[in-house]
Formats: sequence, structure tokens, C-alpha cells
Amino acid sequence: MGKNLITLEHISKSYDGQLILDDLNLEIHENSFVTLLGPSGCGKTTTLRIIGGFEKPDQGRVIFDGKDITSLAPNKRQLNTVFQKYALFTHMSIADNIAFGLKIKNKSDSYIKDKIKYALKLVNLEGFENRMPDSLSGGQQQRIAIARAIVNEPKVLLLDEPLGALDLKMRQDMQYELKRLKEELGITFIYVTHDQEEALTMSDHIVVMNQGYIQQEGSPEMIYNEPENAFVADFIGDSNIIRSTMVRDELVEILGTRFACVDKGFGENKPVDVVIRPEDVELVSPEEGTISGVVTGLTFKGVHYEMDVEAGGFEWLVHSTKLSEVGTKVGIKVDPFNIQIMNVPVSEDEEAISETI
Amino acid sequence: MKKVFERIYLAIILIFMYAPIVTLIILSFNSSKSRAKWGGFTLKWYTRLFSDQAVASALVNTLLIAVLATIFSTIIGTITCIAMIGLNSKLRSVIMGITNIPMINADIVTGISLMLLFRFLHLGSGFTTILLAHITFNIPFVMLSVMPRVKSLNFYVYEAALDLGATPLYAFRKTMLPDIMPGVVSGALMAFTMSLDDFIITYFTKGSGFETLSTLIYNEVKRGIQPEIYALSAIIFVVVLSLLMIIYRSPNNKVKEK
Amino acid sequence: MKLFKNRQSAFLMASPYIAWAVIFIVVPLAMVIYYGVTDNSGALTFENIARISESGYLKALYRSILLAFISTLICFLLAYPLGMILSSMKLTRNTYLVTLFILPMWMNFLLRTLTWMTLLEGKGVINTILEFLHLPTINIINTSGAIVLGMVYNFLPFMILPIYNSLSRIDDNIINAARDLGADSLQTFLRITLPLSVPGIISGITMVFIPALTTFAISTMLGGSKILLIGNIIEQQFTQVYDWHLGSGLSIVLMIFILLNMIIESVSDKEGGIF
Repeated sequence: MGKNLITLEHISKSYDGQLILDDLNLEIHENSFVTLLGPSGCGKTTTLRIIGGFEKPDQGRVIFDGKDITSLAPNKRQLNTVFQKYALFTHMSIADNIAFGLKIKNKSDSYIKDKIKYALKLVNLEGFENRMPDSLSGGQQQRIAIARAIVNEPKVLLLDEPLGALDLKMRQDMQYELKRLKEELGITFIYVTHDQEEALTMSDHIVVMNQGYIQQEGSPEMIYNEPENAFVADFIGDSNIIRSTMVRDELVEILGTRFACVDKGFGENKPVDVVIRPEDVELVSPEEGTISGVVTGLTFKGVHYEMDVEAGGFEWLVHSTKLSEVGTKVGIKVDPFNIQIMNVPVSEDEEAISETI
Repeated sequence: MKKVFERIYLAIILIFMYAPIVTLIILSFNSSKSRAKWGGFTLKWYTRLFSDQAVASALVNTLLIAVLATIFSTIIGTITCIAMIGLNSKLRSVIMGITNIPMINADIVTGISLMLLFRFLHLGSGFTTILLAHITFNIPFVMLSVMPRVKSLNFYVYEAALDLGATPLYAFRKTMLPDIMPGVVSGALMAFTMSLDDFIITYFTKGSGFETLSTLIYNEVKRGIQPEIYALSAIIFVVVLSLLMIIYRSPNNKVKEK
Repeated sequence: MKLFKNRQSAFLMASPYIAWAVIFIVVPLAMVIYYGVTDNSGALTFENIARISESGYLKALYRSILLAFISTLICFLLAYPLGMILSSMKLTRNTYLVTLFILPMWMNFLLRTLTWMTLLEGKGVINTILEFLHLPTINIINTSGAIVLGMVYNFLPFMILPIYNSLSRIDDNIINAARDLGADSLQTFLRITLPLSVPGIISGITMVFIPALTTFAISTMLGGSKILLIGNIIEQQFTQVYDWHLGSGLSIVLMIFILLNMIIESVSDKEGGIF
């Protein structure tokens, strides 16, 4: 990982008395793909707008490459933004849209021409110079918005839910496209989304946010496999989250049944939250299982079956390629390694977090 | 600092717009007939205004014409907009083109053209001719406000209603009319205010001996302003202000904005 | 789309208005043109139109265009900053404020003009106040200046409303995008805000220029009987001189100017800029 490029220090921001960001601290490294992930209203877009210079934080500082840029105007910052719904200049041709930043900087005509060509090639829209934005599809407009930003050679590209308005297929294509672009350009991407799949697919580093706080940050694998609290576990993928008791190190009592696990240091007979991913629940015969139950629901999902299993007074969500019909008596087995133990929220803030789930 | 300049600018324009009106209202209570001297507070111009037969009949004429013109133009305009759905696009654009003429053309030309027509038809002049003229220039305003609503109608809902057994008329009344209604209401309001405010077209189509408020004021002004006119202005301003406040307070308006 | 059984039933429904439009819009306009190009005997002639070149009429036309142009320009210069300030305000407060600025539009047009008669008269309100303050009095009633003032006062709301509407429709992120790409506030204004508000400017100009060009009431009330506009000349032909042919001929000239104005505007709209 590269050196620290952007640092947010103790950022707070509120609108009309409503706190959007509360004492946020975040470091963004050079040449990384960072995703701010969270539900709407979690403060992710506000964070991006503060980095872009469109909002001023009430408190705190924004450090860019060692310099304080907290009150620097957006046009003076070495970063560019790809806006929600593209924000293309509808009265200008595609070429003029892309050339906008370069003309402001008084670049030579031949330089601008080359750059437009290069940028359109980069986003696979060669020959679109003289079209108007209105005549382009959503996905094409999106690419132009990206081209318009990157011709200015920013050190950082900010992307605010850029794929939100596209259909599923287009969104998946653009995910790979963005990843490729990032590699080709070798700059930092800061990406805002509420779509966990997008975040997991593209990012080097995910920052999960809720209610103005950072809940957890780390690599996609870490966020998925080792969620630090119930909010993150629930937000990233489907999970079975069960209030349980840690009997002692490496032993947890879930729904009255003891399961072996690998976590230590939670104390003895302490309440904890347990997260088990649906694909980590093994369905076996009732005799083999640690706990037994009955299949109550079944849906075919293409790659796998999704089943609901009633066991120990809890409805377990199970993903499996092996089919068990509704009404079948089954046993549930979980590999100790796949049982993720989390502290039960204690502070008021964390209480608020768990309430939103 | 910028905020302060903005506030000052808004204030200057507001003063420019309202100071004259406020002056009129103050003068309407001035017992001296002179506009240069304050002769003490009086309501006599108001009592004189109310006992003035000519003003009373002009007011009745104005309101009657505005109400009737609004009703007729709203009905004709709305029906035509709905009919436009079923017409081919060529005819539709011809109709819209003709409809635009009175809106784009100068009122004075519209006024004299109608006057020429009425003289030619020996329709005489007065109430009927003014009413016909007002309906004519009001229909475009109604259509302008209803047309976008008609264009954005969802026909699947109408077909769904038919599918569920509704008669065409019932289906129309239940599915389409509610969607068009806001446009009809604002079109009618626009027609009403246009009718009330019109002077030029009325002036050319009224003939002699028949007056609406606008033409009455014009005649009075040419003869020299009487303080009764100030009282009339004050009353009209207050009525307009309260009408607008009612419109803006009504919950219906919230829908209209979006 | 099965609202109508067939085209005929739709046409039947539209026919009352089609008949109305033909009788009350097309025919009257044709009559103006007919009167304009014939003389008393009914013979075809272009003399009525050509008489616009007589010095009195030409002067009136020239004065009308000049005063309408000046008034439109002043309205634009006043309304544009106002539209920008209003559209930058928070939504909840600005609907109420915007109403305040367009409210005089609903006040009777003649009463609005009458107001300025009262204010500007030799012994009117403004001069009384100036005298009281021992300042020199102004004497602009019955001048072109008074007519321009009356036009600006009457038509300003018609400029404010479309400009405000087009400015408030510009997405904040478009402005942010320009700033983000390095434009300072002036560059953003010149390259983004101004071009995007051109449709509003154009409809504002139309709504002010045409009534100003063709008015006769404002000039009668504030210009006295000495300053005649083309509207006054036409009005006189119909109400005093009873020369309908000349009046119609001059109306045709007026319509040509309106048409010209529309063409210039639609061309500049297509090119996306007026400057």
C-alpha cells in the first residue's frame, strides 16, 4: 500500500441541527481503490463532498498530500468528481464536455484534441466527439462523465454512486471497466455506494459507514469474513446473527446448544453476537448435526438453493448446492472456523447501530 | 458580505415594486384631493366609490365576463386537449400552431382583428363580443396548462380499468380525469386572471357605452384621476393579495409544484 | 391507446374548437391582412403598408422599437441577478419570496401604470417629497423616460418569472462539476449558468419586448399626447380616424417585426447562446 494521500481529521458536519458526520477520522492511501459503503443517510456522500470541496466541515481538517485543504475551493483541488446522474453539460457537445477542464487551464488546442481522443478511447466511446449528451444512453453518459474527469489527470477520482442509475447488466460491465481504468491510470479512486456487491468486487479497501460513524474498515475479505459488529455483518451479505453466550474460550452456546469455535478472550459466560454466513451452514442428517431442525422454506437461486431451517427456535438461512425438500428433518453443523464471534454492543452509540438493523 | 448585498438588492427591487402601490393606498385615505398634500384621514372616497353606479356596473360586467369566459374556455380547451390524443400528429401540430397565434401575437392586433370580424358579422358590440373575444384568448392558456397533463397520461391504467369491466366513460372519469384535473384547475385560474386583467382586447371589442373595470379606468385616467380610483386600486390590490394567499395556502398547490 | 374508437370520433370531439379557432383566430387575422392590402374600393394595393415610410409613422415605429429595446434591456439587467439570488435560496423560503416578486403581475395593468402617473406628475408625490427635502424636482412625466419607467414597472415580473424558472432548474451538481473541473465562479457563470438559462432569457425577452413594442396605453398615460408609439398610431386609425385599411397595413408591419423577433430568438436559442 502506498503512502498516505488524504487524511480526514475529526470531521463533524450537521445540517439543520441534524448530525451527519460525527468526529470522523479516515486515511486514504495513494493508488488505492477505497469504497465508502453504507445505507442512504449514513454520511458517505457528505464525506465525499467534503473531500471534493463542495461542503465545508463544521469541525476538523482535510489534509491532502500534507497540506491542509479544508477551506480550499473545489476548482483549486487536485481531484475530480464523477457525479451522481452524471451532471454533464447538456448544452455542450461530448468533445466540449471533455475539454472543459483543459480549456479552463488554457491548454493548447492540439493537446486538448489528443486528450479527448485518448479519453474517449479509454472509455470505449471513440468517435463520439460531436454527439450531444442527450443522445447518449445512461451508460454512455456515465463513461463521458468519467472521461471528462480523468483528462485533467487528477491525483484522486471521486465517484458518487456512479452506477446507481444503470441497469444490472450495465452495472456489472461498468464494475470491471472501472477496475481496469483504475489500473491503467494508476490513481486513487474514492467510490461511494450503497451496493455491497459493487464494494466487494472493486475495492482494495472498504469503509463501512452508518449514522455518521465508521463501523469498520478493511479489505473486502476482512469485511466479509470478519465483521466487527452486527450492522456490518447484516449489511454485507446475508447472515445468521444470533445472540449467544460465550461459555469459555473456543466454546459458544448458540440457542441452547454448545458449538466449538476458534475465538478467544471474550471471558466466561459473556453475552455475544454470533455471525454465521448462510453458505457456512452445513445441512446433514439429524444424527450428525450439532442441532436439529426442519426445512420450512426453499427457493432455487440458480447457483444454489436458499433454504429456511427452523432449529432451536431460530430461522436459519442456509445456502447450499444440495437440495433438501420442505419438511425434511435435518441437522445443522458449522465448522468452528466459520463461527464469527462479536461483542454485544454496550455503548449508547453502538446501541443505536444495532437498533437500525 | 455577499449575503448582505443580495439582501439589499432584493429589498431595492421590492421597494421599486411595492412603494408605488403603497402610495396609492395611502392616497386613497387622503381627504385632500391634491396628491401633494395630506389633508387628513378619510373614507369618503370609498363611500363615493361604492355609491358610484358606473363603477358598480363595470365591476359586474368584468366579473361576469371573466367567470363565463373561464367556464367556456376551460370546457372547450380541456375537451380539445383530450381529443388531441386521437388525432394524427400533422393535424395536431396545425391546431397547436393556430392556438399559439393569440399568445404570440400582439394584443393590439388580436383586438383589432376581432373588432373587424364583429363589425363584419354585424354582431354589434358590448357584452357578447367581449365574451367571445375573451373565450378566444383564454382557450390557449387553458390548453397550454392541460396539454402537458394529457401527454403524460398513463393509458395502461385506463386499459386496466376497461379490463376490469369499467365502461369507457367510467374508466375515463376514474383514471384519467384525476390526473388531468390539476392542469384544468391551473388553466382555469390563469384564464380567469387573464380575463380580469385584459384591457387592450376588451378596448377594441367593447364598442361604446359598455365598460369593464379596465376600460372605465382608462377613460377616467384620460379625464384626470379622481381619488375614487385610488380607493378602487387599494381594494383590487387587497383582493388579489388575499386570493393569492388562499391559493398558495391550499394543499392542492403542493402537488402542482412538483 | 384505445381511448377513441377511431380518428373520426376524436376529430368530432375536437371539431368545436377547430371551428372556433378558424372563425375567431384565422378569419380575423385574414381580415387584417385583407384590409391591409386593399384600399377603400377593394382594389389590391401595398400603399397601406408602404405608408410606414412616412416620416411620422417611421418615427413612431423607430421610437417604439427603441423604447421597447431599452425597457427589455433594463428588465433583463434587473431580473437576472434577482433570479440568481432567488434560485440560490433554500426552497422552503423562496416560493414565498418569488410570489412576492411576481404578485404585481396580478394587479390590473392600468392601475399599475396609473400609479406612476401619480408619482411622476409635476405636482406629484415624488416632486412633493423632493421639494420637502429641498432637492431639485424632476420633470420626466410626458417624456420617453417616463414611458420606459412605466414599461419596466409593468413588465418586470414577466422577465423575472421565466429567468427564475430556468435558473432554478439547473442541477446543483452541474455547477459543482464545473467548479470541480477547475472553473472559478466567473468562468462557471459564463460557460455554464448563463448558457443554460438562455431559454428562460428568451421567453422573458419575448414576454417583455412584444407588449412593450405594441403598447398604446402606457404611452398615452405617461407620455401625454405628444409622444406617439406605433401602437398609438394604429389605435387612432381604428378609434378616431376610422381608416381601417391604414390601421391594418401598419398592423401587418407590426406583425412582421414580431415575426422577425421570434425568428432571431429561435435562431439564437438553437445556437445555445445569445451573445
